[in-house]
Amino acid sequence: MVEYTKPLPRQEDPELTQPFWDAAKRHELMIPRCARCDSYFWYPRAACPSCLREDWEWASVSGKARLHTFTIVRQPSNPAFEPDVPYVYAVVQLDEGVRMISTLVDCEVPDDVAVDMPLEAVFDDVTDDWTLVKFRPA
Amino acid sequence: MSARGKAAIAGFYEIPTEKELPGRSTYSVLAEVARGAITDAGLRAEDIDGLIGQETLNSMTLAEVLGLKPRYTASMTVHGASGASSIATATAAITAGLADYVLCIFGESRQRSSSRAIAVAAAQRTGGPGNRGSEWEAPFGPVIAANGGYGLMKQRHMFEFGTTQEQFAKMAVDERTNALENPNAVWKGQPITIQDVLDSRFTNEPLHLLESVMPCSGAAAVVVTSAERARAMPHPPVYVLGIGGPATTHDTIWQEDEITTTPTAMTAPAALRMAEYNINDMQFAEFYDCYTILAMVCLEDAGFCEKGEIGAFYDSTDTTYSGEFPVNTDGGQISAGQPGGNAGGFRHVVEATRQVMGRAESRQVEKSDLCMVNG
Repeated sequence: MVEYTKPLPRQEDPELTQPFWDAAKRHELMIPRCARCDSYFWYPRAACPSCLREDWEWASVSGKARLHTFTIVRQPSNPAFEPDVPYVYAVVQLDEGVRMISTLVDCEVPDDVAVDMPLEAVFDDVTDDWTLVKFRPA
Repeated sequence: MSARGKAAIAGFYEIPTEKELPGRSTYSVLAEVARGAITDAGLRAEDIDGLIGQETLNSMTLAEVLGLKPRYTASMTVHGASGASSIATATAAITAGLADYVLCIFGESRQRSSSRAIAVAAAQRTGGPGNRGSEWEAPFGPVIAANGGYGLMKQRHMFEFGTTQEQFAKMAVDERTNALENPNAVWKGQPITIQDVLDSRFTNEPLHLLESVMPCSGAAAVVVTSAERARAMPHPPVYVLGIGGPATTHDTIWQEDEITTTPTAMTAPAALRMAEYNINDMQFAEFYDCYTILAMVCLEDAGFCEKGEIGAFYDSTDTTYSGEFPVNTDGGQISAGQPGGNAGGFRHVVEATRQVMGRAESRQVEKSDLCMVNG
């Protein structure tokens, strides 16, 4: 396996966010959901940003999404991304309403990229330990 | 109790913005503008009893280095909005009787290459404590500094409202026209056209290089005092009639509820209510412009046009210093430069002060009584 040189996720609070990464490794997308106020949110944080309660749960979601907005990168800050240029740095809105940062795969950049295009999650096992959630045209 | 008209800016000092200031330290440029602003206000250093400074240098260190003994002190921590926020905070402190003469001071002497070097180092760092960015953004290859976030904002604005690259470029060109009359501007003497902006490379599509700021070195300071005291000082007082903020909803741009709406939608109405004026009473504007997209969205959110109509506004409005509605009359940060230590955002305060005092020389606007400043 070719050595993976791009940054892997560095967690601020592994106890808090590990369930997301464990799910991704199983090729499942899980995001925080607050049952008390019936709201999803992203990114995971100590308390639900809608009602400040800390007893939120992880919810499995479909991975269906739309491209909320994006920027095309030709000069990445990190040289490890040079082989990928031009690539898409995206804000993806899941059908559940939350928005996350990701990138697009399986599409021509920039010709096939447009705001609001339907997407679906794909799971990229970049190393034995880490799986990144990316998106492709649906 | 409203702070309307209770405080005023009584003096200012700005050094030219440069790509680099070789041989000078940040403390050196801050000392120069502190002296300059205090002198401009007709005061002595021992008169200063309030001190408000930048995010990167806490106000205790600043007081020690400058030899000041403020009884009220604060550091602004709202990134680019820190400069404008210092005036809101100084006004509140003066109105509450916490200080009589507040020095608001921002600046930095930095190495020209430092921002890219810092970004590359941060992007490559593999150890140390994680944070929101290192976990949820870095694995996907973000671009340098704020370029990424504002590229996202601009793309969405173009999608929602049909704003065109030519309309963004028009703002950059108007600002450059203003900068040609500003001896303190880093891009003085270098006119540009709309085609030049469109032909400049994408830092990250859809953002062009010529509609983005360049991190620079520079510094500025102002003295804020009570309106009553200001009336007895050498320059015409620049009254603070209304303030809104410092307000915020987010730290990283993609966490905004609507990426094309800024907290200016909260602060501008609040400021106008306090000032007892309507948006259409404003004669010119000095608006934070790290990128054309941010200034243009904030102008919309303030109400200078309907939401989404800022492109058409720029098509039909001459925003140069001699135009019908001047914006960023010193060239703004895009054309005058973005000095570090939050001095980029502070330049809008300094330029508003200069214009209202009638000291803007060849770029003096015709009607200079009422200005809205946005951080």
